This record gives sequence, C-alpha cells and structure tokens, in this order.
Amino acid sequence: MTAQHPAEPSGSGSEATTAPDFDGAKRSAIIRQALSISLAVAPFGVAFGVATQQAGLSILEAMGFSLLVFGGSAQFAAVSVLADGGTPLAASLAGVLLSFRSLAFGVAMAPALRGRLWWRALVSQLMIDESTAVGTAQSELRWQRFGYLAGGIGVFVLWNIATLFGASAVAGADDFIEAAGIDATIGAAFLALIWPRLHNTTGKTVALGGAVIAFFGAPILPPGMAIVAAAAAVVLVWGRSPDDPAAGDSTSTTNYGSERR
Amino acid sequence: MMGSISDASLTILILASASYGLKAAGPLALGGDRQPPPVVQRLALLLPVPLLAAMVVSATVISAGTWSFDARLVGLAAAAVALWRKMPFVVVVIAAAAATAATRAVL
Repeated sequence: MTAQHPAEPSGSGSEATTAPDFDGAKRSAIIRQALSISLAVAPFGVAFGVATQQAGLSILEAMGFSLLVFGGSAQFAAVSVLADGGTPLAASLAGVLLSFRSLAFGVAMAPALRGRLWWRALVSQLMIDESTAVGTAQSELRWQRFGYLAGGIGVFVLWNIATLFGASAVAGADDFIEAAGIDATIGAAFLALIWPRLHNTTGKTVALGGAVIAFFGAPILPPGMAIVAAAAAVVLVWGRSPDDPAAGDSTSTTNYGSERR
Repeated sequence: MMGSISDASLTILILASASYGLKAAGPLALGGDRQPPPVVQRLALLLPVPLLAAMVVSATVISAGTWSFDARLVGLAAAAVALWRKMPFVVVVIAAAAATAATRAVL
C-alpha cells in the first residue's frame, strides 16, 4: 500500500488488513466525513427555506422541493425562476440543467450500489454531490457504498430540517452564511475528498483538466453545465493502462478496475 | 388554492421526476447482478476526480454564472494548507470557514 488512505488525511497509512478494529475506525472516519459535510450544507438548506418564502411558496411546497427534488443547486435555480414569475416549465428546465451531473455521479457510483432493483431505485434519490464525494473518496467498494449512504442520509436529514427551519422563520440566513464563512466550506470539503487522488499523475491530470473546464466553462455555458462538461477531462488519461492506479487507490482497481472478462 | 395545482407544485412534479431519472439511470442500468462493462468500470473510477475538481472551482470562484474572486479563495487556500499538514477532515472544513470569515471581517 503506497497510497495514503483516502478516508483519513491524518491516518497512519498502513491499512492492509481488515481487522474488526480497523473496520470500526474506518466506519467512524467515514461518518465523521459525512457529518462534517452535512453540517456544512445545512445553512444552505436554511437559505433555501428563506428563498421559498421570498418567492411566495407555502411551507409544504418548500418541503416538497427538499424531499422530492433533493438537489441543492437545482432547487435554488427552480425557485429563483418561479420568484421571477417564470412558468413551471422554465423553472423545471433551469433545475434540470443543474441535475445533469447526477447522470455522471450515477455511473461513478453504480459499481458500489449493486443489489436488488427496489434498493437501487430507493438509494438513487440520494445521488447528490456530497454523497458521491464521500462515496468515491473511499477505496473499497463496500466502503464506497457506506460512504455514499452516510453522506446521502446525513445531508438528506439535515437539508430537510434546515429547509423547514428556513421556511418557518429565520431571516438573515444569507448574511450569517457570509459572515461565518460557511460558503467556503463546501469547496473545502470537496477538495479534502479528492485530495488523496491527487498523489499521482493520472489524478492530477484529470483534476486539473476538470478544474480548467469548469473555470472557463462557467461564464459561457448554461448554469450547472460547466460541471457536466468537466467530465470530458477523462479523455486526457483514457489511453493509459487501467493498471496504472488511476485515481490514486489500488484497492478498487482490484475490485473492478482491472476486471478480466 | 384548492382545486388547481400551484405553479410551485407543478414545478416540483416535473423537476423531481426529471432529476430522479437522471439520478437513477446509472444505478438502475449498470448496478445489476452482472459486472458493468469495462468501459463503465473505467469511467466509474476516473469520473469523480474531474467532477469534484469542477465542483471545487464552482464553489470557490464562481458566483451567479461569472467569475468572482473573493474571500472564499482564502478559505480554500487555508483548506489546502490544512490538508498538506495532514489535518483531519473536520479541521480542514473549519479552517476554510474561519479563514474566510476572518478575511471578510478585515476587508
């Protein structure tokens, strides 16, 4: 094991065996990641609740967005179109553009989310940035699955409580988010989650490619599409041997990266 | 209003259905009992890196569809230092918030 363990930036790095002790430590490390990221997004849930009230929505409608749509940026986009007097179709379109990345997340998470059809259908609702980030930061498939569920459930619960909170009362949520620097925590959390994958050339190349596409794409492309376009960065390393520890972890390569048919 | 569905409810119905379709397509089509094809496995391994890198950029220097270089950048730099110093995840996130808040308080 040359790669540092992706789950804990502060970890010891020697994790060859799967002792019960290690499993427990691993589980709590992942839960800590999931909780941190859930707490980081919660204030935005409050802000979303406030936005629904400014747009004249009922509390039930606010909750409908957070429970059924469950996609932060898509919800914000749709509600801001409604607030500007846009039609439901226009509002939905704005939201859908921001949801397109879920398609790529789904492909990335699919190997870790195998199981019964009803189970896959159920857990798919949790397919958001944060669940995918916590999931894909883990090396083994079973921990990817655990990370996805921990991140997804954590954000789902806190996001909905926060929406209810914001829709019911709180004013000045936006000001608080800015003053406390909470808007910077999301980017920091995402950076922490890809950090272990930046230790080899393949990881660095695709990450840089994705960042450059997102940076120059954002001002030109429709909202949300720059992140989708960033997926194209994989062509930069596509020709390389799959046995090259593609994204900085050797474990998952043995699980599905170098599968022989 | 009773009887007729509100604009917001209609939006929720359309957007929730479309979003769910996009979310579930991967797990439903590729997550069955058989191993997904090698192309999908390779994609699954590589895709998260550029997507997450793009989300870092989007969350840090983009506001309302344009570039915006503000205190969030200081927060990201603080996070990078914390990661380089091998600090735990929670510390990384708190460092970003604290550095951003401090920058805003000063500027």
